[in-house]
Amino acid sequence: MGLCMTAAIRLKLENIVKEYPGCRANDGIDLTVEAGEIHALLGENGAGKSTLMKVIYGVVQPDQGRIVWNGHAVHVDNPAQARRMGIGMVFQHFSLFETLTVAENIALSLPPDEARNRSQLNQRISEVSERYGMELDPRRYISTLSVGERQRVEIVRCLIQETTLLILDEPTSVLTPQEVTSLFATLRTLSKEGCSILFISHKLEEVRSLCHTATVLRQGRVSGDCQPAEISASEIARLMVGDDTPISTQVTAAEPGETLLEVRSLDWKSKDPFGTSLDNVNLDLHKGEIVGIAGVAGNGQDELLKALSGEIRADAGTISLSGQNIQTLFPDQRRKLGVAIVPEERLGRGAVPDMSLADNALLTASGQGLVERGLIRSRRVREFSREVIRRFGVRCTGENSTAGSLSGGNLQKYIIGREALQNPRLLVASHPTWGVDVGSAVAIHESLVKLRDEGAAILLISEDLDELYQLCNRLGALCDGRLSPLAPTSELHIEQLGQWMAGEFESTEVAHAVA
Amino acid sequence: MLLLERRPVASSVMRWASPLLALVLTVITGFILFLVIGKDPVEGLKFFFITPISDLPGLAELGLKMAPLLLCAAGLTVCYKAKLWNIGAEGHFLMGALGASVMAVQLSAVSGFWVLPVVLLTGVLGGMFWAAIAAGLKTHLHCNEILTTIMLNYIALNLLLYVVHGPLKDPYGFGFPQSIMFAESALLPALIEGTRLHLGLAFGLLAAVAVWVLFARSFIGFQLSVIGQDHRAAAFAGFRVRQLTWFAFLVGGATAGLAGASEVTGPIGQLVPQVSPGYGYTAIIVVFLGRMHAVGIVAASALLALTFIGGEILQIAMQMPKAVTALFQGLLLFYLLTCDAFIHYRIRLKKAAPQPRSAAVAAAPQEV
Repeated sequence: MGLCMTAAIRLKLENIVKEYPGCRANDGIDLTVEAGEIHALLGENGAGKSTLMKVIYGVVQPDQGRIVWNGHAVHVDNPAQARRMGIGMVFQHFSLFETLTVAENIALSLPPDEARNRSQLNQRISEVSERYGMELDPRRYISTLSVGERQRVEIVRCLIQETTLLILDEPTSVLTPQEVTSLFATLRTLSKEGCSILFISHKLEEVRSLCHTATVLRQGRVSGDCQPAEISASEIARLMVGDDTPISTQVTAAEPGETLLEVRSLDWKSKDPFGTSLDNVNLDLHKGEIVGIAGVAGNGQDELLKALSGEIRADAGTISLSGQNIQTLFPDQRRKLGVAIVPEERLGRGAVPDMSLADNALLTASGQGLVERGLIRSRRVREFSREVIRRFGVRCTGENSTAGSLSGGNLQKYIIGREALQNPRLLVASHPTWGVDVGSAVAIHESLVKLRDEGAAILLISEDLDELYQLCNRLGALCDGRLSPLAPTSELHIEQLGQWMAGEFESTEVAHAVA
Repeated sequence: MLLLERRPVASSVMRWASPLLALVLTVITGFILFLVIGKDPVEGLKFFFITPISDLPGLAELGLKMAPLLLCAAGLTVCYKAKLWNIGAEGHFLMGALGASVMAVQLSAVSGFWVLPVVLLTGVLGGMFWAAIAAGLKTHLHCNEILTTIMLNYIALNLLLYVVHGPLKDPYGFGFPQSIMFAESALLPALIEGTRLHLGLAFGLLAAVAVWVLFARSFIGFQLSVIGQDHRAAAFAGFRVRQLTWFAFLVGGATAGLAGASEVTGPIGQLVPQVSPGYGYTAIIVVFLGRMHAVGIVAASALLALTFIGGEILQIAMQMPKAVTALFQGLLLFYLLTCDAFIHYRIRLKKAAPQPRSAAVAAAPQEV
């Protein structure tokens, strides 16, 4: 097989197998990437994409299989060797030193003789970044850069090392729509010059607009190869999830009622110097509507959720629920008034990993008659837990399974079910479908809409713009702890939302919109 | 090749098999040690493990040593479930003994059924007071409880030594550092007539039952477990971590204080400098050996009580040094922690990595 290989094939994987205890992450994967090709690697969380990337980049060694690089079978021992071969990778979480400059960060990954000549390096950085449309000042400190700019540093770092295969792991998940457009322009230029790109994603529309070919993984195997521009997004989704899973929700229009939640000039100062502070957040939420908060991760989403849940207490401002100020109440007291929270981390905050599902029901639902005079009523706890499992289709062996043994999607269904069964008046959900399989995501969306139709007010914090546009009737964005105005989804163009995500709005505008 | 790999799920069999395995390994190591120092190992192990419990007085002695261990361990369980690493049971115990002794000496001239409860209560309060210092340092100044409780243990010991050499010293005691013998009304009644076994063991068993109810049935116990397993989930649920921390420390102080009070009003009958052979420290081993479970700590306290008595017998019968008790306790804890690794990990024989077919493969297969 290796004999008839043409030079145009840059990377060929044959029958890659990688096994971890209790799971076969890669189960005989074949993959071919040609020179200059933008190749998408699609699949749900847990399909084996990341493991495969780690195999190519030398982070882990495959148990079986062959890697052929430019026609030669190779053994990639470690990332340093991968880089010498011309493979560059940009991880989802960047590996940059905040306290160093762009040039210093790049110099760290170069051979000493190249790193020493700083002025020449600065010039090279400027050249490369200009050529590919990624403006970058080599002298700036990383801590002053936006997430999009940091990603550029990572990409430029790869390009300076004469990379011929660039691996990008979910590169758009941290970008605003405008930044995505400019990243794609860069990638297309690179591709024209012969650099191959492996683009890992689960966003189908992006893949369709950018990639020449796509390989879809499901449960560690290749479930199909396709040319994404030629087939529809739902056909690709089918390949990702298999035949019997619904892949979208039909959302009816909301009928908002009276105002339930009023947040006025909420300020909270972070004690962590690299943390995000909340700055004059104003927000109104009506019964029977879903309001979405977009934003790039780390712009105050978690802080806003904690301020609403009571885990942190704001320094100034008011939070009122039907006119009652709840600002000084503890989380469990707020819960008694009908506030339900679905936090971003489902394991290790929303649920205790080593405790049973029944015990995890007790975590937030103790007020539902599950505790009497300080004693736990085990039978009721189990009944409540079984009810959640049944009504929300949680796949598990019963209420005694530990939370940690459930898949992300099933645990999330359980957590949402636990909150929903308490008939909340206000539900704040953060990234409810992040890392969740498509089938569970649909079920979660349906239960949110059902809660909304029953009259609950829902605040949906998410990075997934498709999700926000699909479910919400008003949208806004958080940037650096400031909340943009909220606009009706139907009137809010994605460009405008992108500007809000980048912080381009006036605080006075917000105050005006609220008043 | 041997490979230590993480189990997909923690082994519930190993969780309970581990203490037994540790005990077996301790016995085997003891056997070898006896051989090395030229003593008869069968004889030695028999003196250590069998002789002490072969008759009723022996069993009563076992119960006598169990009582303080069980009481201290019950309180520590409440702390450790919440991952509050209170090492201060020894200090609480000493303060309990001290408090009870001061009250018993004050009331030496009075008699009445209320004297004993008051004396015991003073001991409980003494232990709680000592635990409260560590609790306050933790909740208000974020001081690490391991360090504060250890240091407080030494302060308690020196305080006790000062009192027993000074204010409470028996003026007619020929200069010995000890208090007067307590009056009859301040002494714990015997549990079995004719032996030294006293009511303290009943307190210990009651405490074990209370711990069982706390963690199997009560919401407070549940909240403590959540704090121990997942601090952020506790904050998310809105549990009052600060109050619960105080609760755990105060319970720990109360039970250890009661243990100290029971010791001076029970077998000793007065305050002496050597009131504890390290019960508070040994109780830590009891909690871990007993898997932080009520039934487990009862069994474990019996076993550790045996090491105290067995050690004494070995000193007398085989002229072994006093350190033999600490040696066995240390071995037991060491093996327990080792065996506990296999709750979450397992050993696997690694097959040689498959040889790739292509000759062009640059490097040899990876060996781990």
